[in-house]
Amino acid sequence: MKINFLKKYYYGDIPEDKAGGNNTEHQGSNNDWPLWEVFIRSKQGLDHKHVGSLHAADAAMAIENARDVYTRRAEGVSLWVVESKHIHASDAQEADSLYEPAMDKIYRHPTFYELPDEVGHM
Amino acid sequence: MENVEQKFQDSVNAEIKIEPRNWMPEAYRKTLIRQISQHAHSEIVGMLPEGAWITRAPSLKRKAILLAKVQDEAGHGLYLYSAAETLGQSREQMINDLHSGKAKYSSIFNYPTKSWADIGAIGWLVDGAAILNQVMLCRTSYGPYARAMVRICKEESFHQRQGFDILLTLANGTPEQKIMCQDAINRWWWPSLMMFGPKDSESSNSDQSMKWKIKRKSNDELRQNFVDMCVQQVKVLGMNLPDPDLKWNEAKQQHDWGEIDWNEFWQVVKGNGPCNKERLEARRNAWDNGAWVREAAAAHAQKQKDKQKQQAA
Repeated sequence: MKINFLKKYYYGDIPEDKAGGNNTEHQGSNNDWPLWEVFIRSKQGLDHKHVGSLHAADAAMAIENARDVYTRRAEGVSLWVVESKHIHASDAQEADSLYEPAMDKIYRHPTFYELPDEVGHM
Repeated sequence: MENVEQKFQDSVNAEIKIEPRNWMPEAYRKTLIRQISQHAHSEIVGMLPEGAWITRAPSLKRKAILLAKVQDEAGHGLYLYSAAETLGQSREQMINDLHSGKAKYSSIFNYPTKSWADIGAIGWLVDGAAILNQVMLCRTSYGPYARAMVRICKEESFHQRQGFDILLTLANGTPEQKIMCQDAINRWWWPSLMMFGPKDSESSNSDQSMKWKIKRKSNDELRQNFVDMCVQQVKVLGMNLPDPDLKWNEAKQQHDWGEIDWNEFWQVVKGNGPCNKERLEARRNAWDNGAWVREAAAAHAQKQKDKQKQQAA
């Protein structure tokens, strides 16, 4: 039985040697620029949301490419780019046990409590 | 192991999207890499026939529109490459496979664009056929692919409408323009029907792809939708579809059409179409001629990084 809840994984669970760009610094056989994940805030007041990824040599180029690739129709007012190798994710195989504790605490939800109608909106 | 595979199929059946880090059968991964990278290559190679007319567009308005459309195709290619990369395929590998001829792209782009009307016909017919396929793929079982398709479909309808708009303008123009319009339709009609791929009775991949919900409609179903749709639209243009056997089938409540030249289809797939060599050569040249840009950008990024390190030290 595996008990490690969180493991260090690259986005997409891609092994490092195949991650397409993460090895640029080593000048290995893989010459792709690093992979970046792109997040867009569609308008002021909303969160940044992941929209996809792209390759770029550095952060400035990643922002410029993200503008061209992901915001050709005014999709956003703000961009974040994060190099994919810096994103750590929870293990999909462990999702059941990882999120299970949230499911059995129904008393965390307001609908758990039955109050008299006279209380009104609460 | 069987248990994991059954769990995977159950998720697919329950319409739960498969995400990159979920377990998936190796064949599912391979099928998707092949299909998504092919799709990406088609967007990229698809820029070439249209790009040929950017400098020759008949007005500044048409030129600006065509530029925007070709830029969209580049964007679509990039969405799809990044979706394929989530399956563990590197970008470089995909590009290499395209350039070596190992990976295929849609054969439609191996036909030449001889007149301005061809740009209209591509928008109406080629993008029209692609949209039917892509609308279906918005519901494909693999999450990153489905999300890329949603984004693409949002942008694609502009492509089809601008194409129809070009043809409509020609159809209402001078006698020469009308001839040009009909000629483009004549040349693009059959290759467009071929875009949906071999008949269901001869397609080996369709069944498994349907079971995995990668595809949701068969080649023949999509082709039928396309024909029925175009028969209506060509009337608006006042033009004809070049098929004497095309007629309404009252019993089926669908159109019947003539036999596709499958020999031509396989010839073009195998590399013997009118422009196969030219297209691949253009891609390879673009890649080779861009090498210094890639190297310079990487060198610059490294230099900046070193500078930062020095400052921190």
